Amino acid sequence: MSDIHGNREALTACLEHAAQNGVGRYVFLGDYAGYGADPGWVIDTVMAQVQRGAVALLGNHDAAVLADDVAMNDAAAAAIAWTRTQLDDRQRAFIAGLPLTVEDDDRLYVHASAFEPGEWHYVTELYSAAKSLMATQAHATFCGHTHVPALFHVSMTGKFASFDPVARVEIPLTRQRRWLAVIGSVGQPRDRDPAACYAVLDDERDVLSYVRVPYDIDGAARKIRAAGLPAVLSARLFEGY
Amino acid sequence: MDVQHLEAGQVIDGFVLEKPLDPGGMASFWRVSRPGSDLPMVMKIPLMRRGEDPITIVGFEVEGMILARLTGPHVPRFVATGDFERPYIVMEFIAGRSVRTLLERTPLPPAEVAEIGVKIAFALHDLHRQHVIHLDLKPSNVILRDDGEAVLIDFGLSRHDQLPDLVAEEFDDPVGTGPYIAPEQVLRERGDPRSDIFALGVILYFLATGERPFGEPHRAAEWRRRLWRDPPPPRRWNEKVPPWLQEVILRCLEIDPARRYASAAQLAFDLQHPDQVPLTERATRSHRDGFLTVALRRLRAPKRGPLRPRSVSGLLARAPIIMVALDLAPDAENLREALADAVRRVLATEPEARLACVNVRKTSLMGLDPTADEHGRNPHLQRLVELKHWARALPVAPARITYHVIEGVDPASVLIDYARNTRIDHIVIGARGSSPMRRLLGSVSAKVVAEASCTVTVVRTRDVSSSAKAV
Repeated sequence: MSDIHGNREALTACLEHAAQNGVGRYVFLGDYAGYGADPGWVIDTVMAQVQRGAVALLGNHDAAVLADDVAMNDAAAAAIAWTRTQLDDRQRAFIAGLPLTVEDDDRLYVHASAFEPGEWHYVTELYSAAKSLMATQAHATFCGHTHVPALFHVSMTGKFASFDPVARVEIPLTRQRRWLAVIGSVGQPRDRDPAACYAVLDDERDVLSYVRVPYDIDGAARKIRAAGLPAVLSARLFEGY
Repeated sequence: MDVQHLEAGQVIDGFVLEKPLDPGGMASFWRVSRPGSDLPMVMKIPLMRRGEDPITIVGFEVEGMILARLTGPHVPRFVATGDFERPYIVMEFIAGRSVRTLLERTPLPPAEVAEIGVKIAFALHDLHRQHVIHLDLKPSNVILRDDGEAVLIDFGLSRHDQLPDLVAEEFDDPVGTGPYIAPEQVLRERGDPRSDIFALGVILYFLATGERPFGEPHRAAEWRRRLWRDPPPPRRWNEKVPPWLQEVILRCLEIDPARRYASAAQLAFDLQHPDQVPLTERATRSHRDGFLTVALRRLRAPKRGPLRPRSVSGLLARAPIIMVALDLAPDAENLREALADAVRRVLATEPEARLACVNVRKTSLMGLDPTADEHGRNPHLQRLVELKHWARALPVAPARITYHVIEGVDPASVLIDYARNTRIDHIVIGARGSSPMRRLLGSVSAKVVAEASCTVTVVRTRDVSSSAKAV
């Protein structure tokens, strides 16, 4: 799961959906805070999952909460400034201890590109995907950051290609090539589908499925407005953009 | 794995090699067994060394990916794949003969060509419904099971419309088999199920005439010719090919996919109803198109395929076969009007639909029914006339509508069997009001709803008198 962005309603729906579908282990790819109205609750929930064995990574919005200066657009910067007032020391300490990358068997988890992970490069098309794929030897890399689900791969002959994943379809991550899966966003999807997005890897069969989960957008949007955050942050949840 | 030095008795991941089979172009095949399993199995092992031949490597990757998610009687059942270091695919061994073995006997009689065509078309339709286009259909890739059904094999060049197209991404040149490749595949379009219908048209042409419509071009540069050059009409080779079969074959071989059958099921439907095939100029064509037509087509031939791939399921959804079951009894007039309204609504949303108007003539159990009425006419004639009269105002082109009177003792079973045998997608049927007799015997529509394997719409008329009574 990636890019939850303080959206309690979306994370709750995704965790329930995952539990019902036999997910045994969670990886959170970062960006717990920013944009949404429940950053504290989201971080507490992720902390509890980490205690039960989940992996959690650092995202650029999480790093920004701890940083002094922020290079972001106005709405995002306003959300970061507000988020700083919402987190307690324990939550800040948790963020401060998060890693940029985690290697797990032959998989790599990272918030943005595997190429210079701390620079937060977006993986949006073939060129940026190729840079990320060339920066690692991992059989499969899982990242977020763009809020748009996508799948890239490179064959043994060095051909790079992209694919728009179809929800609920199991995609075999064949051993003959290497893969880069960009997981969509739980809390603020931007691919014109407002449903929360996450992905499930069946590591025994090596198949990946992208999942869409409808959630209470009204509730999440109402809280964003009540917190006095920029109106665009609530409106875009309904558009999924 | 060293393919050259495999021996009978050797065990690979629990599979015991029994005996080698005839090798294919890019793989060797072994009959294998596994303790505890009765399924006859074959292991396909690619003839490659690592990094050597991209088409073999990618083809193997694709076949493992696609076969693993196909089901049903028209594909070999998938069992297992090996890993990267030791690649293989284990699948069901199909007892039967390849369509290639029939080529020695060509030309085959039209009825046999149609029968084989129906089988392959049903297998294709089943494949297309599972989101897969074969894209390398040819006689050696179709096995006729000993029990009759066609089984498609070798999915190394296939495409699943919900999975990455690894073949398209690996190769800049078109891939396929020279005699069978469709014109749009030459332009590297790999998203159209009608490409398989073209290849099936080549097979039918071959079976009916003993000749290949486009010869045996091996170089991809020669494949481009079929973007403008039409094949000689089958009757040029074999005058015993009836006009309806020439019509069907040439329609499959149209250069523009939009002029071919919209689905393999619609093709099978025509092959199952030779007397109902709508004949066009294709049926009696005696020569190839003239120089000018061909030259113009060549000038206008597209240089490349569409940028965005089509969706297999989207194309199929536009081209269903709809069956309307009509009761011709005099007191069912209102119901027939309601059925016409319902059919109009269904057709409005499905532009490439075909409509089959069906009436069941109930026969007695003893089979002593007269074969002609008191005026000596075919007893079906009047019913066919009435079906056509009913359908005259429907918004459907004459070439997309057919009329059928079927006999049977139990009308519901007759309708259900017919729908299954012709791959009907949607049945529209009327339900008559309830009566003591109907409650006792059960209604036809209720049985069709309960037992048909497709969508069923039941149409009723408002019973004015009974609703008035309720007030």
